[in-house]
Amino acid sequence: MQVSVQEEGFEFGARAEAFAQNNNAMGAIVTFTGIVRDADQGGLVAMEIEHYPGMTLKALTEITRTAMDRWSLGDALVIHRYGRLAPGEQIMMVATASRHRKDAFEAAEYLMDYLKSRAPFWKKEILDSGTTDWVAAKDSDEDALDRW
Amino acid sequence: MDVLYFAWVRERIGLPRERIETSATTVAGLVEELRAREDRYAAAFADLSALRVALDQELSSFDASLHGVREVAFFPPMTGG
Repeated sequence: MQVSVQEEGFEFGARAEAFAQNNNAMGAIVTFTGIVRDADQGGLVAMEIEHYPGMTLKALTEITRTAMDRWSLGDALVIHRYGRLAPGEQIMMVATASRHRKDAFEAAEYLMDYLKSRAPFWKKEILDSGTTDWVAAKDSDEDALDRW
Repeated sequence: MDVLYFAWVRERIGLPRERIETSATTVAGLVEELRAREDRYAAAFADLSALRVALDQELSSFDASLHGVREVAFFPPMTGG
């Protein structure tokens, strides 16, 4: 299991390939990556991601450990960035490895749902109009936790 | 204790962290003290349903005790992922 909170970018392809190679005795690998998309109204210049340094790694590690305990996983990887990101840049990725696909898919979804609402990150959109907007949490993000 | 603010809470209050001596025994009591300080605190803490709190880097609740707590953090609902 590997958890990383970092400012620098990462190579999704290389990380996914290395993860798959390290877990080549597993039958299923699921990966997800989140990418900075344009603001709903358009004109996104950058996304600034603030985090709580003392808590972030701890929270991500706890979420990942819970996933490892709950599903039959051979391995899990979580990378989440902070700082100023341009549209199209990768924000985060998760990867899960299991003998059968159901565990890998479900654990990856669980990780995503918890990363969204229980890891101390806050996104701010910087727009070309000069305005900035904190991205508001959605009720649907909170509701998504209920199914687990 | 150290009190930390993140995202728009930090912007509204105008600082990322401060050291506070308090006699409050719960988070809610601390919030009441902060609200009474200045308008910018009252604005930041106007709606507690829009806020989350962590005690010593663990998510907690506004009715939690501050006994033994060294670090309190206030922030809006998280938007990771």
